[in-house]
Amino acid sequence: MMRTYAGHSTAKASNELYRRNLEKGQTGLSVAFDLPTQTGYDPDDELARGEVGKVGVPVSHRGDMAQLMDGIPLDAMNTSMTINATAAWLLALYIVAAEDQGVPEEKLQGTTQNDIIKEFLARGTYAFPPAPSMRLIADMIAYTVEHVPKWNPINICSYHLQEAGATPVQEIAYAMSNAIAVLDAARERVPAERLEQVFGRISFFVNAGVRFVEEHAKLRAMSILWEQLGRERYGVEDPRHLRFRYGVQVNSLGLTEAQPENNVQRIVLEALAVTLGRDARARAIQLPAWNEALGLPRPWDQQWSLRIQQVLAYETDILEYPDIFEGSNVMEALVEELLEGARAEMAVVAEHGGAVEAVPYMKAALVDSHRERLRKIESGEQVVVGQNRFTETEVSPLTTDAEGGILVVDPALEAQQIEDVRRWRSERDQSAVDESLAALAAAAGDDSAQENLMVATIAAARAGATTGEWSRTLREVFGSYHGPTGVGEAAAAAADADMSELQGEVSRLREKLGRRPKILVGKPGLDGHSNGAEQIAVRARDSGMDVVYEGIRLTPQQIAASALQEGVHVIGLSILSGSHRELIPAVIDALHDAGVTAPVVVGGIIPEQDVAALRKAGVAAVYTPKDFDITRIMRDIVALVGAGANGSSANGSA
Amino acid sequence: MSADGAALGARLRERDLSAAPAALNLLESTAPADLEQAAALLGEVSPMALGGEAPGHVIGVTGPPGAGKSTLLSALLHAWRSGGPPTRTAAVLAVDPSSRRSGGSLLGDRARIEFDPADGGTLIRSSAAEQRLGGLARATRVSADALAAAFDIVVIETVGVGQAETDVADVADTVVVVVQPGSGDVLQFLKSGIMETPDVLVVTKADLGQIAMRARRDLTAALRSLGSRETSVLAVSAVSPPSGIEELVASLDEHRGELDIAERRVRARRAGALNDFSVEHGERGMRAVGGRRAAQALLAEQDPAADLPALVAALEQRMG
Repeated sequence: MMRTYAGHSTAKASNELYRRNLEKGQTGLSVAFDLPTQTGYDPDDELARGEVGKVGVPVSHRGDMAQLMDGIPLDAMNTSMTINATAAWLLALYIVAAEDQGVPEEKLQGTTQNDIIKEFLARGTYAFPPAPSMRLIADMIAYTVEHVPKWNPINICSYHLQEAGATPVQEIAYAMSNAIAVLDAARERVPAERLEQVFGRISFFVNAGVRFVEEHAKLRAMSILWEQLGRERYGVEDPRHLRFRYGVQVNSLGLTEAQPENNVQRIVLEALAVTLGRDARARAIQLPAWNEALGLPRPWDQQWSLRIQQVLAYETDILEYPDIFEGSNVMEALVEELLEGARAEMAVVAEHGGAVEAVPYMKAALVDSHRERLRKIESGEQVVVGQNRFTETEVSPLTTDAEGGILVVDPALEAQQIEDVRRWRSERDQSAVDESLAALAAAAGDDSAQENLMVATIAAARAGATTGEWSRTLREVFGSYHGPTGVGEAAAAAADADMSELQGEVSRLREKLGRRPKILVGKPGLDGHSNGAEQIAVRARDSGMDVVYEGIRLTPQQIAASALQEGVHVIGLSILSGSHRELIPAVIDALHDAGVTAPVVVGGIIPEQDVAALRKAGVAAVYTPKDFDITRIMRDIVALVGAGANGSSANGSA
Repeated sequence: MSADGAALGARLRERDLSAAPAALNLLESTAPADLEQAAALLGEVSPMALGGEAPGHVIGVTGPPGAGKSTLLSALLHAWRSGGPPTRTAAVLAVDPSSRRSGGSLLGDRARIEFDPADGGTLIRSSAAEQRLGGLARATRVSADALAAAFDIVVIETVGVGQAETDVADVADTVVVVVQPGSGDVLQFLKSGIMETPDVLVVTKADLGQIAMRARRDLTAALRSLGSRETSVLAVSAVSPPSGIEELVASLDEHRGELDIAERRVRARRAGALNDFSVEHGERGMRAVGGRRAAQALLAEQDPAADLPALVAALEQRMG
């Protein structure tokens, strides 16, 4: 199956995009939702500011879902939704949209990602604490296995773990431990005779990096472990149910902003990792766009990715042979080595009490792996062509057009969505909505968890409740939650010459300031991709600074309050969702209102043409993926604070 | 130019909470010009300037990592800010134990304490203990002294059991030790005398039911066998639905009410001065004033209203 991950702006615009892609030969839908929808906020929520329609489509209620799927026959469609914390809600809206088309739920086919543990570990779009999140997942599994039998209720994602720095061994071990946690939770919600079927419906979403031989071995190792797990832990016997089914999106972490055209060959090689050997071949492949590190891809960029798959499938001969690694000693040994490492790491997770309990442990391990990876790239030990070697380049005709090569979302759109959702609320039958949400709260609050939450969720979707209302109802019952940041436990960087020079600079700055330099690392908005912020925080600590890092999802007011109360000397903000144009000025205004005068630096996926505007808004420096040398960024920051320091403690606040 | 310490101190004395961040910047600074201004600031909030001890209730909260201190503090902040009437203002000085060769620290507690950023009546300040024994940062004592002039409640949060709470006991009016059910360490520490008995012992995660109740029972029995009947032992749950928080607030107030505050604060300042002096001048300094006992005797002769810098100065004068 071939599809590209898509969705943006509004339900209407995304619907048009889907229809175009289906005409071009795409055979399924892959829906990207915007961050407010993923984390359970309506467009008019304070936290949604700047994020509406940015990285995907906003879906606030059944009307939006009906429009998104308008003219697309849902009984014939296979729809994959990248949705996790609010997966139960979006599936409910999809079921209601199908009802509107006259399609019964048992005919629906597709997948909800619904993997919450990787949200805590890597992606950050969680909404509820771990235990109730697992209950929602188990309820969805129990519901779909009875009523939507062709639906894959969960897609265990190791993709994001690799993006967060996981080694192949970690990727295998954490994905399998995660699956165990899900299956153990589901076992309590479904009749015993259904468990085999549940096992068979669990699919995986994996990553493939450019070391494609090892990556292929990783997938073979996962197939072996999965089958073993099915037989031994869950008593599954039917070979069809024991098959390791996975989809793949190839690696984005390794894509570079420098010489972005090189990403095309990286993507091709990564696609080979998941297609070469038949015994571990992906069932669905998504390829990122070559310019992903620069910003949101345009339809033409996505078409290029689809064409890569079509060339592989229709022009090459890889699909014509049986497994080409059968009998290879080298491949077998590689697989064996990965299996051994993964089993050992799974045992560590089990000792922590399973994947849910081991979230802080796994998070810290990933932050550490990522730190090590960056160190290798900075030192040149790991070569990245065009970034740390062979950096000389001719002028690229691909990125020199005026638009800068990326799609820009119209800021007026957010205002429109806000107006739409408010109109929706005023025009619906409010008492039906209130009743349905009260029933949902009652079902969620029942300690014996007797009722399946999907039933109340579908009723609320049908009554016209909004994404924000559904989530708020559950947050009030379940409580709110902050995921672990993983940075506290990260090991110290190896002392190299650059690092000790930096430490010297920090210590001189300390003399000058009278206090140890203190930095606030903040992530405004709903973007949960915290790798960059975490690495900056760890390196700042290693350089000798005091670091205040509060994790993801902060409002501009929270950042300003922290900066003021903590008396920091500099503020580093990280944004990857494309909402920097709205959020960074909002943070700067809030800092100004609080009387904080410390300089602000920004890191993230910031298109070149936005840099000047941010500088004008008062940002002292902007760093993008091409600034891969974090030690150098730190030295800049130290110099910046030093230049502003007048030798007094008054620095930092007025 | 250095901040105006006297002006900041005067604002704190007038209970102007917005002066607190700049005051803390100054108190934490070791730049020579700042030290002078910091002394001026402390002079403005000293018992002499205030005409008595600072009104704020200084509460030390300590316990092992993972015991649920941050969650408990979130619930307490909520209770203080929304309870009453009247509501009470609260500052938290969160001291992080981490110390690294580089000297830098990741100050993580702030992330775990929930509070309303728009609420000017709450302040959270993180600092690193660095290499200092006892779990406090260099400026924690003076910061607590200064903030107690302006805030109704000043919490000093430290991590650890065994060593850490001894220092916090020197500073705080009320010492709270937080443990989670099933952690036998605290019981052992109490029995073996490694840990001094706290004023309030909190068993968290009361939602676990039986285990929490058993922990509470065991600790109460242990304290009784040590002859300590004053310590209240409470079981609380800070996760929804919260329980025991109101009782804890009442218990803290009760302890403060029964306390001879002047006696406790004077003792705290003298212990703090001795500590600061020995950190600054080491064994040699201590010998120069004739040993620890002589130093204590000298401190006991000082005016009870003398602030901490004045006490250190007295010792330094003796040292010559």
